[in-house]
Amino acid sequence: MAGTTTSPAPAPAAGVPRAPLRVRVLRRPEVGALVAALAVFLFFSLATDAFLTPRGVASWLESAALFGIMAVAVSMLMIGGEFDLSTGVMVGSTGLLTGVLATHAGVNLWIAVLASLAAALAVGFLNGLMVTRTGLPSFIVTLGTFFILQGLNLALTKAVTGQVAVQGMTQVAGFWDARWLFGSSMAVGPAVLDVPILWWVLFTALCTWVLLRTRAGNWIFAVGGDAKSARQTGVPVVRTKIGLFMTTAFAGWLVGMLSLFGTTTVQASTGVGVEFVYIICAVVGGCLLTGGVGSALGGALGALIYGMAYQGIVFAGWDNNWLKAFLGAMLLAAVVVNTYVRRRAETAGAASTEHTDPADGGGPAEGGERG
Amino acid sequence: MTSPTEATAGGKPALVEARGVGKFYGNVPALTDVSTAVRAGRVTCVLGDNGAGKSTLIKILSGVHRHDRGELLVDGAAVSFSGPREALDAGIATVHQDLAMVPLMPIWRNFFLGSELSRGRGPLRRLDVAAMRATTRAELLRMGIDLRDVDQPVGTLSGGERQSVAIARAVHLGARVLILDEPTAALGVRQAGVVLRYVARARELGLGVVFITHNPHHAYPVGDRFLLLSRGRSLGEYGREEIDRAELTRLMAGGSELDELAHELDRG
Repeated sequence: MAGTTTSPAPAPAAGVPRAPLRVRVLRRPEVGALVAALAVFLFFSLATDAFLTPRGVASWLESAALFGIMAVAVSMLMIGGEFDLSTGVMVGSTGLLTGVLATHAGVNLWIAVLASLAAALAVGFLNGLMVTRTGLPSFIVTLGTFFILQGLNLALTKAVTGQVAVQGMTQVAGFWDARWLFGSSMAVGPAVLDVPILWWVLFTALCTWVLLRTRAGNWIFAVGGDAKSARQTGVPVVRTKIGLFMTTAFAGWLVGMLSLFGTTTVQASTGVGVEFVYIICAVVGGCLLTGGVGSALGGALGALIYGMAYQGIVFAGWDNNWLKAFLGAMLLAAVVVNTYVRRRAETAGAASTEHTDPADGGGPAEGGERG
Repeated sequence: MTSPTEATAGGKPALVEARGVGKFYGNVPALTDVSTAVRAGRVTCVLGDNGAGKSTLIKILSGVHRHDRGELLVDGAAVSFSGPREALDAGIATVHQDLAMVPLMPIWRNFFLGSELSRGRGPLRRLDVAAMRATTRAELLRMGIDLRDVDQPVGTLSGGERQSVAIARAVHLGARVLILDEPTAALGVRQAGVVLRYVARARELGLGVVFITHNPHHAYPVGDRFLLLSRGRSLGEYGREEIDRAELTRLMAGGSELDELAHELDRG
């Protein structure tokens, strides 16, 4: 972390041996995604002219950024052993709520922005509460939330505005200030990068830090890896899971704001159908569907692969339906690799206990060891 | 056989003592009038077949259940635990059969799970990874476990090694009394031997150990005292000098079941 003044690495660490670098690198869940991202990058760099130009880079980074923020949050949730289908539609809900409050209810824009944040966190809290209290699979609970929000988005937007989109945002007082925060761009060398890319990088860094260097991160891995063991050792399982659902809801709000202020409008159908893209990004990034394994960086890399493929296919002039086929293939490859890696991690121990030879018989050899 | 009062002989009170404890589930007696004492640097083996009341006794000692009859004493003072946390605070740690470990997490993260060390303050409060890794390594070495790499997932360890890590964790987190619930049950002979070595090590470190097992061959090498349970009742508590392995096996199997058991054991 930048800005830390405490000196790291106290003396006792010196004596603890570490595995060789090669082993430690291969142990990281995002290694596969990193290799795949490099391959996709090289492929489109060589296959198309536009991919490596400053404008080209800015375009695929921008595509990756909006998906990446959500993919990182979904990765954290998946590591914690849960699933959220209401993530995509949350982007629409928060954008619509902010827009409708500001344009039709005359609410101060910043208050509208905060109100939609509060609403998103409340939905995340309820998702988490229902999942932890009922013990139902989060797939079902959030499928319900997904449909409720999807219905509300359309019905309420139509009822209030008479249309299926929010219009007139640019006339709202304070819009340009908020756009500076959520929707501006800046020149970085020859490229013009949109501010969502910055949000994406910051959010990924923050989540990586939380996962690897805080108690909460330790608990996230534990509740996803083995909730019963986590409970036995005193980990607050319910609080951790609710926090994770609120994190994905927060990410949905952030992407909602970035979309609203980036494009000045939100459709009532925004975000429907993309929840699976987030999940694919997380799995491609090395998250295990059953929880306990994964990384925030992996989710970000999954989104990067998605962004590069999305724009690369456009640059190559191909039919963009190839994107879906490509995503599906990536998903399957990732699932197979992840499952193989986990099986190796979980059963290596069991395999070594099988070496014991029953022919040794009788009692343990330690019989005469007592002093 | 010894009477319960002998447990307090020798001046210092036992770490934990049960005096005629009993437990009912509804109207069904699960445990009736069982007495035993756990002393520092001694291993008390609790032997019995399935349904003998071993689990009930552990649950009372570890604070999961409250006893309905008799007395439970810690350092000579009567207690009644309202939960496992209280037992833990009194220094009584239980290593359950499932070990409370997350297989996919590194050893050092498992070792400190729920009791993580932090440094820094406010938003910069973060895990003290270096200290946790070093402590894990040191505590495992103290138990005589030399694992090359504390970053490897617990799932890659053998069953015996995993038990040993769980025992080392309980010791590090301040246990004075260690309750081991069938630590050798799911293990092969060699792996069971590994665990027994760590049971002996915990005893040498001055802990009082309660070792639950249904295998007299595992109990005899490490035990100082042997409490035999059958159908919720005590068949008596014996000192090591009062009983030999054959007698222990015979008592545990009991009457007609003995032939079958002897046959089973003879195959080796």
